[in-house]
Amino acid sequence: MSDLWEVFVRPKRGLSHVHVGSLHAADAELALRHARDVYTRRGEGVSIWVVPSVQVTASSPDERDSFFDPAADKVYRHPSFYEVPDELQI
Amino acid sequence: MTSFESAIAEGARIEPRDAMPEDYRATLIRQIAQHAHSEIIGMQPEGAWITRAPSLRRKAILLAKVQDEAGHGLYLYAAAETLGVARSELYDALLTGRQKYSSIFNYPTLTWADVGTIGWLVDGAAIVNQVPLCRCSYGPYARGMVRICKEESFHQRQGFESLLALSRGTPGQHAMAQDAVNRWWWPSLMMFGPPDADSPHSARSTAWGIKRFSNDTLRQRFVDMVVPQAEVLGLTLPDPDLRFDAERGSWDFGPVDFTELREVVAGNGPCNAERLAHRRAAEDDGAWVREAARVHAAKHAQRGAA
Repeated sequence: MSDLWEVFVRPKRGLSHVHVGSLHAADAELALRHARDVYTRRGEGVSIWVVPSVQVTASSPDERDSFFDPAADKVYRHPSFYEVPDELQI
Repeated sequence: MTSFESAIAEGARIEPRDAMPEDYRATLIRQIAQHAHSEIIGMQPEGAWITRAPSLRRKAILLAKVQDEAGHGLYLYAAAETLGVARSELYDALLTGRQKYSSIFNYPTLTWADVGTIGWLVDGAAIVNQVPLCRCSYGPYARGMVRICKEESFHQRQGFESLLALSRGTPGQHAMAQDAVNRWWWPSLMMFGPPDADSPHSARSTAWGIKRFSNDTLRQRFVDMVVPQAEVLGLTLPDPDLRFDAERGSWDFGPVDFTELREVVAGNGPCNAERLAHRRAAEDDGAWVREAARVHAAKHAQRGAA
């Protein structure tokens, strides 16, 4: 069986590519053509990326808490942390 | 409470690499695969009419619809694969009959009116079944269903339009439309599965957020949707017990023959053998194309490396 590819589509200029699903193809060129036929039959995209699924390195859901924790205690990164007079328009 | 249980309780989505009970995984693989197989086998009854469509317009529409069915099958196989099952295993399970597909595709398409009727009734029933799946607890399945439901609405509308043209056509065309509706009505009601009392896995699927409404609830919703549409079409539905219950605000309908459903699911429908034989032949006939693509890719990879 051929390789698995992840497909990313840019819906229109000015937007990022978004993951839409996966497909099987023998090589990158065929993966692109299949991606066009499977995921953009109604003009859903202006650009497609295909990436071999084995090339994706993902964070582990089991370590989600410890992995993302460092961001949780830095509330001063958010504008709402700061008290300014009400009349100030910033 | 496990992270899975709390996610389900909060109505959050489960994603591929999350921890999940093995039964949840197995249930989803079975359901998504069966759904994918249905889309792939579902290309056949209508596909048989592509070369015989009565006009270029109808032929182009039918071709686009059958291509959509292929696309839907592929979205769903991709969703099933995120659960750790290989595509080749799924194909094998279909071709060897270990996994099923929807009973409805084991009925023949005898006339051109069957194509419109499938769009109206079969795709109509599919939409009623599928819309709640857009909120299913498993992320990749739910996202696939959102895409599918958007495309299905074209399928149902084209079917209705095609059937309306026949119903308002010559007396012969009208009779053909009525005959097709007479044959597809009951099998369409069977698409919602056995009655709630005989649906053993329903409670668990509901608790897991895979199933949102019971088989009988969805069947009733379909009847209530379709009866007024039949009136607009100028066609009747072959059920003498069909009458509006003002108290319930719903249409009463006669008993569905679930023995027939069991028989068709068991492999004894009019076209079971034909559908699988056709699918196997397509798989065999396409083998050389896949092989050629593989060899081509390997050769180019080698040249690139040299």
